[in-house]
Amino acid sequence: MNNVLSDLSATAPITATVIVSLLLVVVHSFTREFKTGLYWMTLGGILIGIYLGVVTFHHTGYAFNNMLMIGGFASLMDIFFLSAAGFTILLSRPYLERTGGHYGEYYPMILFATIGMMTLATATDLIMTFVGLEVMSVTLYVLAGWTRKVKESNEAALKYFLLGAFATGFLLYGIALIYGASGTTNLVGISENMEALKGNVIFIAGCGLLLIGLAFKVAAVPFHLWVPDVYDGSPTSVSAFMSTGAKGAAFAALALIFSVKFQFMDSQVNIVIALLAVISMVLGNVVAIAQTSIKRMLAYSSIAHAGYMLIGMVAGTEIGVSAILFYIVAYMLTNLGAFGVVSIFEKENRKNLEIEDYAGLARRRPVLAALMAVFMFSLAGIPPLAGFFGKYYLFLAAVESGYTWLAIVGVAASLVSVYYYLRVVVVMYFHDQSSEELVLLPASSMVSLGLSAAGIFLFGVLPSLLINTFRNLF
Amino acid sequence: MTTSLITYLIFIPLAGAILLYFVRKNPQAVRYAGLAVTVLVFLVSLGLYFNFDPTTADFQFVEYHRWIPSFDISYYVGIDGISLLLVMLTTFLTPIVLISSWKSITDRVAEYVGMMLILEAGLIGVFTSMDLFLFYVFWEIILIPMYFIIGIWGGKNRIYATIKFFLYTLVGSLLMLVAIIWLGWYASTLPGGHFTTNLITLLNIAPQIPLADQAWIFGAFALSFCIKVPLFPLHTWLPDAHTEAPTGGSVILAGVLLKMGTYGLIRFCLQLFPQASIEYAPLMATLGVIGIIYGALVSMVQKDVKRLVAFSSVSHMGFVVLGIFGMTLESLQGSLIQMINHGLSTGALFLVVGMLYERRHTRMIKDFGGLARVMPVFSTFFMIIMLSSIGLPGLNGFVGEFLILVGSFQSVVLGSPIYVIFAATGVIFAACYMLWMYQRVIFGEIRHEENKSLKDLSHREIGLLLPIILFIVWIGVYPSTFLSKSEASMQNIVKVLTDVQKGNPYVERLPQVPALRK
Repeated sequence: MNNVLSDLSATAPITATVIVSLLLVVVHSFTREFKTGLYWMTLGGILIGIYLGVVTFHHTGYAFNNMLMIGGFASLMDIFFLSAAGFTILLSRPYLERTGGHYGEYYPMILFATIGMMTLATATDLIMTFVGLEVMSVTLYVLAGWTRKVKESNEAALKYFLLGAFATGFLLYGIALIYGASGTTNLVGISENMEALKGNVIFIAGCGLLLIGLAFKVAAVPFHLWVPDVYDGSPTSVSAFMSTGAKGAAFAALALIFSVKFQFMDSQVNIVIALLAVISMVLGNVVAIAQTSIKRMLAYSSIAHAGYMLIGMVAGTEIGVSAILFYIVAYMLTNLGAFGVVSIFEKENRKNLEIEDYAGLARRRPVLAALMAVFMFSLAGIPPLAGFFGKYYLFLAAVESGYTWLAIVGVAASLVSVYYYLRVVVVMYFHDQSSEELVLLPASSMVSLGLSAAGIFLFGVLPSLLINTFRNLF
Repeated sequence: MTTSLITYLIFIPLAGAILLYFVRKNPQAVRYAGLAVTVLVFLVSLGLYFNFDPTTADFQFVEYHRWIPSFDISYYVGIDGISLLLVMLTTFLTPIVLISSWKSITDRVAEYVGMMLILEAGLIGVFTSMDLFLFYVFWEIILIPMYFIIGIWGGKNRIYATIKFFLYTLVGSLLMLVAIIWLGWYASTLPGGHFTTNLITLLNIAPQIPLADQAWIFGAFALSFCIKVPLFPLHTWLPDAHTEAPTGGSVILAGVLLKMGTYGLIRFCLQLFPQASIEYAPLMATLGVIGIIYGALVSMVQKDVKRLVAFSSVSHMGFVVLGIFGMTLESLQGSLIQMINHGLSTGALFLVVGMLYERRHTRMIKDFGGLARVMPVFSTFFMIIMLSSIGLPGLNGFVGEFLILVGSFQSVVLGSPIYVIFAATGVIFAACYMLWMYQRVIFGEIRHEENKSLKDLSHREIGLLLPIILFIVWIGVYPSTFLSKSEASMQNIVKVLTDVQKGNPYVERLPQVPALRK
């Protein structure tokens, strides 16, 4: 009993989130019309979770019989995903109130997904990886179809579910093979026997399947086919959460399993990942150019960004992993911001989702347009924004481990991306406005956008704030 | 370390841009505030000018702060003789640009002035950075204000022009980024080395880089700079950007932004990779000469005055590149003074064209003619500026072109006078297209009714052209004032290049930071 208690307190951020989310379910089932309360409770719970993450940071180790990592990396991940959830909640309320679908269950659902992310990112046992992934995915399937009267939302949920289930199959099969080869699902145990497993065909096949399962979640080509439809059809606030939290969690798991801690990597796997990176960057960026819908454009851009982050995986060094972590932060802030602007601008019945609809926004809503411009420039990687340093760091990791060619491909790809990010800015600033329709700026959403933008500037100008922490993690 | 004047130069405009937010509702207040900030910056830069020690090639006014310690990236600024005059050019032209836009920019004034201030800070940053990462950050930051200046306040085809400008410049600079990372990584592979972007450290390391690698790193830097210059055949963004930009944008673009390229060629290509520079000098000089002739020929057939001036930039900047890769003291000094000259003359030409456009809303040569009768003062100013651009002895253009031609003629690196023979024809062509344009615009009968009632220059317009003319004449008559500032630095570069050619070690000759010199 004592052991369980100490484990629960070591994983305090997750524990607290679980308690808060269950509490939300109970409160909601007794008070049907208490959404404002749920909103504040959720935010409060998230703040508590983040606080606990900070507190547990220095107690590193494992909990629950080496099932979960605690402290250090794990605390950091908890803080990341809870923050992403917080930003999402801030964006969601005004958005859902406006477009319909403001049901009380939304709040615990977001927290459930967050619990999944935290578990996935910090799991040190493949069973926990699987559990985390499923908790995250299943709630996201539901959230994708949240606006149940919208045809596209239903389509998104179904597509995501079918393809996601398929990918989970791969992951599970991979875990089974790894278990067959090594006799354990525990990463600590497996890494102790690494020497014996090198060259074992069954083990390598298992790793490959595991890679496929996770590559599906990070939206890397060729496992990206669900991305455009799902990001487009889901409620925008959910797309924001999916594209940042889910991607970040899957990347954290990838980095943990394949690079830093357990090093399931050898040169063959590296070539495969390098290939995934190249085709993700190229395909994502090139296809994004042709998009007319802003959500689809962001979806393809999200595929491309998965490609950039895979560069860090290829490098596989300590710098590579801390570059991925930095990029996760930069990308979370930026994409939550970009989707946040989309969610503010969107009108009922999926109106105002074309890039052309943003024409002249700079005159109607200068602040909103300026924020969007910051997010676009950060995604494009223009200094002094966080997106720039993220890319610099990734390319540095590539050059440093002898993959200069990959850095050059990355540079070329981001050049292509500048074209479509700039197009949004062009439309907002240089085109005449198309409508006089009033765009409301809900305070809650603006707080979220303001925090994102502030973070983008802060970490862009002073990246040391983060990288010093990242580099001492492992 | 105490705060260097350079830091003030960079941060005063940035602070000014933020302050503008509080007066954004009142355009007149914004204009005065912007002007006050830029004048203040100019005054501060005078302090830099008068306290500069021209006898040494070392860096001065150095300030160092650790920024990202894990990669030895620092906020590291300082100037030597090469940067001083370019910083002065920037601080001198920016207030003039703001005055020139006093009446012509009436829409979103606060944004315009703010963009100009950010641009000024970025430019000063580029010319003073002694850390490659910092340099790159400033280099890229400049794109954003320029992008908006062309895109919001530009002409009909502005969106096409601004995207082309942005993407073109980015192609080169992203490759430069990889090269910068590669250099830093190379430093970490040396015994006892670590990743660094510190220019001084890299200057000392650079000679050890294998020649094959030096070649592609040099190429990545050179590509980025040549696009900015722009060197033929990478110039195609320039006519569009210049023609579409508002007058103020064109002045800054031609006056200062292009110099980022030639400055980079000297600071990074020549200083970091002397060996590769010598090897590729004939190629670069050839492209420069082609640019001189091509730019001049194309200028000759332009119907739009602004486009004509834009293409003349290609020609003039070709001279600068030729001078840089002539690699003699005269040619390098000529290049530097020619950068300043081009900033003054072409900047002023764009101002003059802007004045015409404000009055007539056209820039077509055929729409003018006979302006000498209605606008005598304007015609006089226009003539002086035009003659300076042609390179009339006694005005500034002559000094630069003459030094470049003489210097390159004796150049050992180029090894043949053929470059100069061809380049010299550019001077003749320049006289052709400029004089011919001037004749068609200013002389002859007044062919259009509208031109009869054109107003001559206002006091404001005279006031903003006069200081430029002052320097046009000053440099023309007594260039030593300015040449003496850069002589030590240029001499040093030439010495290093000579040593490299002879195969002597040259590391101890490199410019240093006085505090670090043992």
